[in-house]
Amino acid sequence: MTELNLDMEQERDILPESNIMTINMGPQHPSTHGVLRLIVDIEGETVVNVKPVVGYLHTGFEKLAEDKIYNQVIPLTDRMDYMSSHSYNMGYVIALEKMLEIAPPARAEYIRVVVAELQRIANHLLWLGTHALDIGAMTVLFLAFKEREKITEFFERICGARLTFNYMRVGGVNLDIGKPILDDIHAFTQSFVKELDTLETLLSQNRIWLQRTKGVGVVTKDQAIDWQLSGPMGRASGLNYDLRRDQPYGVYDQLDFEVALGVNGDSYDRYTVRMKEMRESSKLIKQAIEKMPEGPFIIDDPRFKMPGHKDRMLNIENLAHLFVLTAKGYPIKPGEIYSATEAPKGELGFYIVSDGTGKPYRIKFRTPSFVNLQILPDMSRGHLLADLVTLIGTVDITLGDLDR
Amino acid sequence: MEANQILELIKNRFPDTIEEVVPSFDGQVGILVKKEKLYQVAKFLKEEPGLTFNYLADLSGVDFLGKKERRFEVVYNLYSLEHKHRFRLKVSLYEDESVDSVVGLWKSADWHERETFDLYGIVFNNHPNLTRLMMPEDYDEGYPLRKDFPLTYKYQEPFFTYDKERVLKSLEPVKED
Repeated sequence: MTELNLDMEQERDILPESNIMTINMGPQHPSTHGVLRLIVDIEGETVVNVKPVVGYLHTGFEKLAEDKIYNQVIPLTDRMDYMSSHSYNMGYVIALEKMLEIAPPARAEYIRVVVAELQRIANHLLWLGTHALDIGAMTVLFLAFKEREKITEFFERICGARLTFNYMRVGGVNLDIGKPILDDIHAFTQSFVKELDTLETLLSQNRIWLQRTKGVGVVTKDQAIDWQLSGPMGRASGLNYDLRRDQPYGVYDQLDFEVALGVNGDSYDRYTVRMKEMRESSKLIKQAIEKMPEGPFIIDDPRFKMPGHKDRMLNIENLAHLFVLTAKGYPIKPGEIYSATEAPKGELGFYIVSDGTGKPYRIKFRTPSFVNLQILPDMSRGHLLADLVTLIGTVDITLGDLDR
Repeated sequence: MEANQILELIKNRFPDTIEEVVPSFDGQVGILVKKEKLYQVAKFLKEEPGLTFNYLADLSGVDFLGKKERRFEVVYNLYSLEHKHRFRLKVSLYEDESVDSVVGLWKSADWHERETFDLYGIVFNNHPNLTRLMMPEDYDEGYPLRKDFPLTYKYQEPFFTYDKERVLKSLEPVKED
């Protein structure tokens, strides 16, 4: 631990004989997936130490959220991890629902599962495409994006947006999903599994892929627990931790799925875990669509539900509700909560402190990229500089999520 | 284990340490402990066989400017991978006080504490490398998440005049209340 955080001068004193060179990687390097900057010490081509420098995309969401009413924070959560906006929306509204002690209708719960799991597949497909591109397999990118495009189109049909959705609401979702869309998604889950097989034939037995990922960036289970890894990062090391199963939220306890686990904790295992997770997600979507009941998609409570156009034009009370909801929001009684959900990248936590007004007093976003990236120095020591690209990719970070 | 049972265990082990018990939403319970005893309580929570809070889910600071006598709170949200229960540990600080770092217990506290230092100015003793994380290293305009740090700067409208000095003066940012 102390070794890790020595600055460069001290490190040179310890290793006076060696020939260490310090180079800078990023923040505009294409394989850092954004604006991550690494200060890398190398000896020859071997990495001696890595020092991540973050904060180039620090947006101040936590400060901004303190000045907004609770509903206005939902679009901010979209923009944190812009690769998995639905999951972030869902995590936030679940925290609020726990604070308000309300429960959404059953149909909304199943809709949430469908979109959140579609989002998980989309996130992992984007990860797979870019990670394979980093390592040198270009075909995978096109195949993965072809599938991801289908999911993006579903999202466009569901809520009109392709990247930042603002779809979840306190007590339900914004819009209902029609039967034609559900049928198409159901058909997609079947065709998608075959596409996954194609993707796996390209990679799983590929010699170059195996040489670049097997044994690269090994994280043991103890290390994973020590560094509080979550999501596929932790599960690939055998850390059996999935909040969907361990602390179920929504209707996940009524659905049947397996938690993908790895054995060796190297980059290859993280790849297999994510592939398995995509299969499990498509299983979950299929079950959720089959079990989805008819009924309302948002709670029928004027305190939280934004009245529709017709309602507010015909009824003065609805118009008043609209004004109050838009200007003041709904107050939450004083208290605090830590609510965590399983986002595609890992544990997504919201620590919210309320002071009894319509605005949050303090929100802390516990984002998975932020915690997972901390292991990069430990993971990359002793590997070649070229493997560093693999290692950044394998953590699966989004810089908006990391810097917030 | 239920939150109340965890509370009893801590009460028995550290009789005079708990300053306040903070019940909250969803059955969650947090305790406010004396800052001198924080590291000991945290170590106990991590190592006691029935508790094993080996997973630090989150660490953050809160600023209660003008609301509480002691301005800052540092909040530790803990989780146990074995027993699947959560607990919240809190410590309350005056503005010039510091608290012991928990990096020795949970490694991921490293960046969390650096971030809290960066955005609130709370100092963590014995932290291996307490430098700014999100803001630039040479940033010297204060700590952004404090409540007395302005959210926006209000710029005065530039107006037309031949007096160059006045135009330049009008472009200087004015802090909003």
